[in-house]
Amino acid sequence: MEITCIQYKHSDLVKPEGRVDSATAPQLAKALEDITNAGRFRIVLDLSGVDFMSSAGLRVLISTQKTCKRYNRGEIALAAVPKRIYDALDLAGFIPLFRFFDSALDAVGAM
Amino acid sequence: MPEPPPESPSAKNSTDPTAPAPAGRARNLSQTRVFTAQFDNLETVRQFVGDAARNAGLNDSDVYATQLAVDEAFTNIIEHAYEGESLEKIECSYKISKSGIVITLTDCGKPFDPAAIPVPNLEAELEARDIGGLGLYFIRTLMDEVEFTFTRQADTGKLCNILRMVKHRES
Repeated sequence: MEITCIQYKHSDLVKPEGRVDSATAPQLAKALEDITNAGRFRIVLDLSGVDFMSSAGLRVLISTQKTCKRYNRGEIALAAVPKRIYDALDLAGFIPLFRFFDSALDAVGAM
Repeated sequence: MPEPPPESPSAKNSTDPTAPAPAGRARNLSQTRVFTAQFDNLETVRQFVGDAARNAGLNDSDVYATQLAVDEAFTNIIEHAYEGESLEKIECSYKISKSGIVITLTDCGKPFDPAAIPVPNLEAELEARDIGGLGLYFIRTLMDEVEFTFTRQADTGKLCNILRMVKHRES
């Protein structure tokens, strides 16, 4: 899995590409922790390049959301979520816990 | 290592999946592969069952659901039955039937009791969300039949877990 991170003025954009499963989820967790550990809590996760995500990936999303939302200091928003991954988020009851955007650009603009 | 390109259903599934296999290239109606209990094998396991599910005539959405369920099951075996990654074995078999596909995962780790896995709370507030049990919930929701049994292997005498999952072809 390749992960691209771009730091904008008001948010950080993280774009993983490939599959997020039990083998690769730690990589994604590390990329997101590097941002929150640096004290930045407004993150856009662009999922357009992700073709598979298991509950191991969902675990990373929920734990990052908990960190970001604590003390109302920010959030992780999800952008360009492929249908299959959206369906899995829906199955897990995650839809009310995240803001969704059609594109990374829309999300970065709204943060 | 470069990642494979995003799955393109049209490219991978350009022929009618319900059509008979071309002569001389008969499809495998059943196959068994043995993997070590390592997360790096997940990609290969998903490909193995994905190809089989496509050959069984499942639609793209059901192929993905089957791959996700098997990924979760394989992960659960590593995490719970073998208590972490190891060189222990996980056997993965499939059988294509008239109505769909039957997938069986067998391991000889700790006996698995599905009743001991918590049921995830899908409506809790963010802070109360605990991801435990989501894998098993996915398996049960995504597959049409799910059955956990134990068996004693004839040759080794070991007690083994058998997880049998069925996905029906949409008619």
